[in-house]
Amino acid sequence: MTCKEFLAQLTDYFDGKLAADLEAEVRTHMGKCGHCEVVVNTTRKTIEVYRNNEVYEISPSLRERLCAAIMSKCKGKKPGCSSEE
Amino acid sequence: MHPDVALVARVRDGDTHAFEQLVRQYDRQVFRIAQHITQNREDAEDIVQDAFLKAYEKLDQFQGNSKFSTWLIRIAVNESLMRLRKRKNARTVSMDEDVQTDEGFIPRDFADWSPNPEQQFGQSELADILRKTIQGLPEGFRSVFVLRDVENLSTEETAEMLGLSVPAVKSRLLRARLQLRERLSRHFKQAKGAPEK
Repeated sequence: MTCKEFLAQLTDYFDGKLAADLEAEVRTHMGKCGHCEVVVNTTRKTIEVYRNNEVYEISPSLRERLCAAIMSKCKGKKPGCSSEE
Repeated sequence: MHPDVALVARVRDGDTHAFEQLVRQYDRQVFRIAQHITQNREDAEDIVQDAFLKAYEKLDQFQGNSKFSTWLIRIAVNESLMRLRKRKNARTVSMDEDVQTDEGFIPRDFADWSPNPEQQFGQSELADILRKTIQGLPEGFRSVFVLRDVENLSTEETAEMLGLSVPAVKSRLLRARLQLRERLSRHFKQAKGAPEK
């Protein structure tokens, strides 16, 4: 398996969707290729760091304002009445 | 039964407090998705309002086959894409923009990171790095990464919401991940040897 072929399998590898023989090939390649091993580890870390950290904060005051605006717009409307329009 | 199903039933019976509970539960997620896709704070604020209002009005269309959160995200993504297209009205925007090349992205940086590189930064500094890094991604990559990796939707759900094929989502996800990795690598490596503040 070349590095390019390895990269092509990366998404399915992360998802655990590779067939057993292909996954074995991927693991063998990683064991032999330090570069690809680093790519896998740091890509996994990239996903984790975005999943675990809030990139866009929304302040409590903005949340309150938006919630109040939404609830006031809903007031007087019947839920789920779009098909009656 | 998922607790949201009971809340939705109460909303249908006219309990607006139940809807408020749903708003408070998912407002941050809707805001995050809208901000990621549109890259515009005012648009994101409008989208939060529009998405919840639409969800309220269309509650009769929620079948309960999928989770309420997935149904709501679908509405938020639609609203976000519509805003994006409206804002860039002068030229047609499609999710194919900026991503025509079929060439795979080839990694160049092979230096390993420390086990917890994010701990070398303060929370706001880290958020700043992550924000600037993801902002640099082409739109068509960013949306796929956010839905798939940040919001944890399936490849199929992401494809359906963005109007892409499953192979297209997979290909964009790979390139988004690799590009983010490459860019983050610079920050995390620098910090590794940097003197303490």
